[in-house]
This record gives sequence, C-alpha cells and structure tokens, in this order.
Amino acid sequence: MKTIYLDNNATTRVAPEVLEAMLPYLQDYYGNPSSMHTFGGQVGRRVRQAREQVAKIIGAQPEEIIFTSCGTESDNTAIRSALATNPGKRHLVTTRVEHPAVHSLAARLAQEGYRLTELPVDSEGRLNLEQYARSLTPDTAIVSMMWANNETGVIFPVEEAATLAHNRGILFHTDAVQAVGKIPIDMRANCIDMLSLSGHKLHAPKGVGALYLRKGTRFSPFLIGGHQEKGRRGGTENVPSIIALGLACDLAAQKLTTENTVVKELRDKLENALLDRVPRCRVNGDRVQRLPNTSNISFEFVEGEAILLRLDEYGICASSGSACTSGSLQPSHVLRAMGVPFTMAHGSIRFSLSIYNTEEEIDFVSDTLPGIIEDLRALSPYWEAGDALCARGEG
Amino acid sequence: MWEYTDKVKEHFLNPRNVGEVENPDGAATVGSLACGDALKLTFKLDENGRIKDARFKTFGCASAIASASALTEMIKGKTVEEAAKITNQDIANYLGGLPEEKMHCSVMGREALEAAIAHYRGEPAPTEEGQIICECFGVTEEEIARVVKENNLRTIEEVTNYTKAGGGCGNCHEAIQEIIDRVRSQGKVVTRPKLSNIQKIKMIEETIDREIRPALQQDGGDLELIDVVGNRVLVATRGACASCAASHLTLKQVVEAKLRELVWPELEVEEVTS
Repeated sequence: MKTIYLDNNATTRVAPEVLEAMLPYLQDYYGNPSSMHTFGGQVGRRVRQAREQVAKIIGAQPEEIIFTSCGTESDNTAIRSALATNPGKRHLVTTRVEHPAVHSLAARLAQEGYRLTELPVDSEGRLNLEQYARSLTPDTAIVSMMWANNETGVIFPVEEAATLAHNRGILFHTDAVQAVGKIPIDMRANCIDMLSLSGHKLHAPKGVGALYLRKGTRFSPFLIGGHQEKGRRGGTENVPSIIALGLACDLAAQKLTTENTVVKELRDKLENALLDRVPRCRVNGDRVQRLPNTSNISFEFVEGEAILLRLDEYGICASSGSACTSGSLQPSHVLRAMGVPFTMAHGSIRFSLSIYNTEEEIDFVSDTLPGIIEDLRALSPYWEAGDALCARGEG
Repeated sequence: MWEYTDKVKEHFLNPRNVGEVENPDGAATVGSLACGDALKLTFKLDENGRIKDARFKTFGCASAIASASALTEMIKGKTVEEAAKITNQDIANYLGGLPEEKMHCSVMGREALEAAIAHYRGEPAPTEEGQIICECFGVTEEEIARVVKENNLRTIEEVTNYTKAGGGCGNCHEAIQEIIDRVRSQGKVVTRPKLSNIQKIKMIEETIDREIRPALQQDGGDLELIDVVGNRVLVATRGACASCAASHLTLKQVVEAKLRELVWPELEVEEVTS
C-alpha cells in the first residue's frame, strides 16, 4: 500500500539530495571540525557553509546562527537566556497556543516564581495586538510568540509585535519552526531578537535545529561545555545533520514559490472538496493569515482517533487534536484556547502537505474521507440529533 | 500510535450490533461529548429472560468502539443476572487486552451495562450517586473506589487510565490518592480525628487573617486564600509580595509553618498566579 503523507507539520521526509549530501559525513569524513588537522578542518569548512545557508533563508548573518539539537532546545535556550541576562525582570509574555516547547517551559517558569501572561486568541486563532501591547510592562524580560501555529497554521503578526516589544526594551523571541521554508522571512526587515527553527520540518533529518541570535543580543548559554558555536552551545557538532540542514534550507528557499502556489492550491483543493462533500464540518483558524500547507478541519460528532485509524487503513497519514490522540484526555490546548466547541474539537483532523504531495493523492483523500465520516457518524449516538438540527437549518 | 490488538482493530473496523433495539427492555447512555466518548446501549430480552438482542452506538476512539462492540457480543444469550457479573476486565480480556491508557473504554462499557440493567430493573443508574471527585470528567468517589478495588490499582495514573479521573486540571489528585489509600487499607480505621473540609478552610482563613496578614501588610504586601484542595492550600501573593523574590521563602517558612502548627500538620502552601 502506498503511503499518502499529509502530516508534514509533525515531520517531513528527508529530501533525497539532502540525504546524499550528508552520507559522506557519516562514512568517510568523520573528522571533528574543531581538530587542527586537515581531515577535521575540511569538515569545519562544510559546517561554515551550512551556517551560511541557514542564515540566508532568514536573511541573517552566519555568525547569528547557533546550531542546536532541535527546535525545543532553541526555544529553551532563547527564553532561559533572556531571563538570565535580565535578572531584575520577572515577567514573561507568551500565548495560549504555543507549542509545548514554549508552553510547558512557561508553565515551569511560573512555578519557579516568574509572572506569566499567556495571551488569549479569538475563535479564529488570532491575537489582539492592543491587548498584547497592554501586557508589556517594565518588568517584562521577554516575549515568546510563535510565528505560525503548528496545529492550525495561523500566522501571528510577530514582526509588528517585536517592534512593540523593542520600543519598550523587551527582548522578543519567536518559535518559527513551522514558518521557516513555508513563508518568506527576512531578519533584516524586523527587530526580532531570537528565532528558533528545526531541521526535520523542512526535509532535513530529526535531531538538528538552529537558534538565530541577533548580533549584539546579550546571551547566556543553555548547554555549557566546549568552545563550539563560539562558546554559545557546548557539545561536538552534529556534523552530518548540520550539513543536511544547510542544504535543506537552500532547497526550501528555492521551493518557496512552489510552496505558496502549488502546495497551497493542493491544500485549498483538499479543503474545499471536504467542506463540499461532508456535512457539518468546518475549518479551524483564520483561513487567510495561514501557512500555505496546513488545513485543520473539524468533523462534528465523530472522534479524531477513530478517523485517523480508518484513514490509516488506506495509508493516509494525518493527525488530530482529539483527546484520545493527545494522551492527555483533553482536546488540543490550541483548539480549546480558540473556544472550539467540544463537539468539534474531538473530531479535528490536521492535514499538512509538502512539495512531495501530488494532485492524485489529494483526490484520493477527498474521495475516501467522506465515506469514513459517514460510517463513523452512523455509529455515533449524537449524529441523528445533530443531523436533525442541521436539517432544520440550526446547525 | 497505540498498540491495539488485532481483535480490537477487527472490532473497530467491523463493529458488531451497531444501532438501537426497538422498544428495548434496558437502555442507557453514559459519557458525554465533552468527555470525548459516550456509549448508548440498548437490549431486549426473550421470553426466558435471556438477552436476545443488544445494540450500541458509540462516539469515541477505536478502543471505545471496539469495547462497545465486544460488550454487545458478550451479553447476548445471557440472563440479566449473568450479564451483571461482567467486569471491565472481562471486556478488556475479550479483546485480548487494551493499552493501559485506554482501560477507561472498558470501564465505560461496564458502566453502560450496569446503567442499562438498572434501567431494566427500574433502579436509579448507579453512577449518578456519590460525591463528584473529578470535576473535569464528572467521576464520583464510588466509581473510583470500585475501579481501584476491582482492578487492584495502586497509583493516581492508573486511576486516570481506568476512569479518566485526574486527567484534566489535576486538582483532584490528592482526593484520588486518599481513595486509593482507603480502599487498599481495606477499611482499616484511621484513628486520628479528621477535620471536615469546611472546618479546615475556616480555620485556615482565620489563621491567615489573625496571624499572617497583619505582618505582611506592614511590609506593603498581602496574601489571598484562593482554594483548599485536600491538604494543598493555594494562595496568591498581592502587593509588594507579588514582586518580591523572597516571597516563596516567606510562604514556606512563615505561612506554611503557622498553618501546620495551628490547623493541620500536613498542610502544604502553594502559590498560584491569578
């Protein structure tokens, strides 16, 4: 059975060119880039090249890039550094819909005694910038606001938000793990101080990420160790993956237009077909300010895990914000923050596409899913009641 | 991804006895949309008092659907008395086992069966009685105690896996632990005199007002009692205390010590942001 992979916000396939580029550094060129000998030095040169490639996709300088092991490490490093370099400030601002890498860290910091403001979002997953501005105080050390939401794809106005923070002398960090490679980002055009990105969301392997640190920003390392990354991140470099990340950024920059035309059209085709063919479903999140590859759709009165496992029978991979798939017994914190009703939240499915998806695949999913929803609704004790409401035009 | 047995998958993909029996002798719905799963069970008896038809409708995940499907197969042909003996473990066993985190699906099956039998007998549904312990999922003390006893559960996490209780905000964890301890000590009488919750809250309030607040207010700070959950005293700091880095130490060394001395020796003070 062929796999139809529509879960690219979870992770992506490694691009064949990227795999090819990294393999020699797992086999023949195993030198340590810190070594004095030519054998290690040639590896160091490739790491430098990768740093330039990563910098380029976000319009940064190479020395502003610190390689890390993942997006989560970048987020932890950024936020902890901001607090460590502003010891007098005890307040941080973030949002209710952050990825757990920021969300859980913020909760931990609140336990440690920091004052935490988690900004709410409206029913479309959007922030209120005025409310945000009011939350900034002289005691605020850092704002951490995701560039784009991993579950809904909704894009936050981070550049505007960063300016507001900057004017008050507050550091601004953004988790751009879902945004880099999907939408244009140019750090020369904004005043964001720190930005996290991750390799495996843009066709590099898992286990590598980067933190952008604007030149001149005071910094306190998270991993203390050797002099790697100019003493900003101890630990021998994950050379093959760093090289892979560099090339993946290069490729993503080249495909940015494809992402925003071809992939976006496929996403819209899938979304419109499902909205058209399945009664009582809706898109979660702002459909305009949104990543081109993401669609989060709720199917009322059915449960997400059941939908996913039925899709799995056809080789279709997606994910869900339902309680049963989260392991936490409650539906996704993002959908709850948006006030999505329980009847909808439990039946939410996220489709996230990539440049490797084809129209044929999208058509197959559009043809398969309506039948699955119908089957599951036939099992649901709530469906008839809901259906009757719909027939009366109250739905 | 969950590790489901082939039998769970088979019952999920090809559920048996879907629907509703017409003019049922027993019928019940348990669970809710908010909780993420619900089960409607109906059955009809033949002239010899045996269950001749049983049908279900489920809103829920794969194991909820499979558990309900299995349940209908298990009770068909049984008398009501025989069916009433089915436990959640029997349902899980019929399916070749369920992942620990999904055991609550088997418990939902047993609850629906009991409620449908109660309906047939004209009795009130058993789960409607008793004090609610877990507000998030509406789980009663009785349900928790029963599941702990029947499945020999030892930890809060296990109770959550089996009943969902404690899987939301977590405020009831202490109460769940007390139930586990009580059931596992099998009725051993605890001798120390126990304060009722209302007595405890009253005494905490009085102690804060009399012994603690005046001293804090002298320094421009204040303290507000937010809630008392079991032995956890949740407070919020105000005024100068809220921005004072040392307020955590004050809470532990002064407030907690005072409350332990004057109210109850096991109290723990926790600061909440509000």
